[in-house]
Amino acid sequence: MEERVSGIVSLETLRRLGYLPTEDRLRKGPVAIFECIEPIPCNVCVLSCPFEAVKMEKITDLPKVDFDRCTGCTLCVAQCPGQAIFVVDASQDGEEALLSLQYDMGEPPDPGDRVVLLDREGNSVGEGKVVKVYKHKRSEAFVVTIAIPQKLLMVARAFRKVGRGES
Amino acid sequence: MFKQRRISKHPVLRFKRGKEVTIFFEGKPLKAFEGESLAAALYAAGVDVFRWTPKLGRPRGPFCMVGKCGSCMVEVDGEVVRACITPVKEGMKVRRIKGLPPINAREAPDAALNPSPLEVDVLIVGGGPAGMAASEILAKEGMSVLLVDDQPRLGGQLIKQTHIFFGSQELFAGKRGFRIAEEYEKKLMSLSNLQVMLRTTALGVFEEGILITNPEKGARLVRPKYVVISTGAFENYLLFENNDLPGVMGAGGAQTLMNLYGVLPGKEVVVIGSGNVGLIITYQLLQAGAGVKAIIEAAPKIGGWLVHAAKIRRFGVPIITKHTIIAAEGRDRVEAAVIAEVNEKWEPIPGTEKRIECDTILLAVGLTPNSELLRQFGVTTKYVPELGGLVPVRNRYMETNVDGVFVAGDVSGVEEATTAFIEGWIVAYSILLKENPGNKEWLQERERLVMMVEEYRSSPVSSKVRSGLRYVEVG
Ligand code: SF4
Ligand code: SF4
Repeated sequence: MEERVSGIVSLETLRRLGYLPTEDRLRKGPVAIFECIEPIPCNVCVLSCPFEAVKMEKITDLPKVDFDRCTGCTLCVAQCPGQAIFVVDASQDGEEALLSLQYDMGEPPDPGDRVVLLDREGNSVGEGKVVKVYKHKRSEAFVVTIAIPQKLLMVARAFRKVGRGES
Repeated sequence: MFKQRRISKHPVLRFKRGKEVTIFFEGKPLKAFEGESLAAALYAAGVDVFRWTPKLGRPRGPFCMVGKCGSCMVEVDGEVVRACITPVKEGMKVRRIKGLPPINAREAPDAALNPSPLEVDVLIVGGGPAGMAASEILAKEGMSVLLVDDQPRLGGQLIKQTHIFFGSQELFAGKRGFRIAEEYEKKLMSLSNLQVMLRTTALGVFEEGILITNPEKGARLVRPKYVVISTGAFENYLLFENNDLPGVMGAGGAQTLMNLYGVLPGKEVVVIGSGNVGLIITYQLLQAGAGVKAIIEAAPKIGGWLVHAAKIRRFGVPIITKHTIIAAEGRDRVEAAVIAEVNEKWEPIPGTEKRIECDTILLAVGLTPNSELLRQFGVTTKYVPELGGLVPVRNRYMETNVDGVFVAGDVSGVEEATTAFIEGWIVAYSILLKENPGNKEWLQERERLVMMVEEYRSSPVSSKVRSGLRYVEVG
């Protein structure tokens, strides 16, 4: 597996594992993208989903996502120890989409802040604007929702805050 | 060289620094905080060299931060101590040792033996996840338990973990490691049958009992009916040129410094080893505001879990596989790491050397079970590389060949906190069942836990552990 050398999950693998929703589903509203491709002993996502959208028989199975049940509520995003879940929302018309991810790198940005979007390798790929931030109680992690360019829906997977004076 | 070493803001941890005290380092006053170790205070103040070796005069700095090596020895008020396990005290005078250290003439308080032995049902050595888990159930069921740990706090490695835990909710998943330790500690403190002795070392096994020592309370013999050895594991070293240079540190040592005392181990770090420890320490360094230049991995593939690797890759940290470190450069502290590509025989290929400028090199090259005490008991051990080294032969209920001696956690094979907790609970029921073999509830619960740990290990990421266990698990 190429990922074992690079540490970067490929879209091909995600497709093969059934982790990519159809174009139609993406248009309908927020949905979770799981990038958890290696069976590890973990079922936090199953237990954290209030809509029973994630299933697993054994704790060492890969999570199975039912995109019809998933509402994109981000509760699994907040608790995933692997930071491997992202919620994307491509339901709006126009150029913008929303990306929600877990943030654990310091004080989160505030709504309205601009951030630098990073891909799976840490390269800057564009800019986004924070629209929502909340802190989850059990995991004590933040979930940040960012408005991003549609074309980065499957590309942007992290962000860097923009320092003062930086543009 | 990096100066600002105290972490002022951390995304997850809040450092409760104690009262400010003044210590004297080679005559100069230094600011420190009550509750921190002398090593942390000196390091925070920018001290890199703690002593010079007697023969070659090579500089040494702290390495393990938990009293398991001799790298940070200094002279305090005329006495030689390891700075990492010495709490700071107002007015203490610290000197670095050049040449041979003075011999301590004064009789150490821990040499005075308390003549009355301590009689308990169970002695548990090591208060990490396994030891805490066993203590809880045993004390709840009415047995008198003495839990000793050589560190100032319970929780073992858990207290330094800032990441959210994997696993199922029964096993605290979704919570952060240090929180799990805090909550468990609180639970233990409410148990009246449990006595906890911190900064206490189980030194040796004698016919008369087990000798424990504490720097304030002195030495004492314990005569338990059962013993649980949950002493964990210690960090491996790696051979390369200048590997003794200050700034070369164990990953666990760096975690202690950073996540317990709020002192940044380095500003520009190279991490050696891409197992989970290497990947997690890298993430923790980023959280604390340090930069990680690269992770170096000798194998052709990343060692740890992909989710951990993906996390740090997203922040641009490269993982350089098929490479090893061949030298550290620097005078009094690391200034660079020299790496080289390795061939199939793990030998560095000449001509492929690269120099990476950095101020710190962290070793995350595996752990070795701390099995010394086990061998003093006469427990049969076997060398199993998949489990980290010499590990005890035992049955699936964690019982060894020596009557009344049980094992749990990393000492029985290096794994993780989750399996250590489960093993601790299994041991507790095994001991309870010795007392009352017919108890159906306990039998059932123990079986359930054994199944649980087996399910955990059924994942491909545990295949090494599974194959290792075949050599030591009997019956
Ligand atoms: S986003 Fe919400 S509904 Fe969808 S899988 Fe996660 S927790 Fe379940
Ligand atoms: S919670 Fe995250 S790491 Fe755990 S199984 Fe689910 S997706 Fe994977």
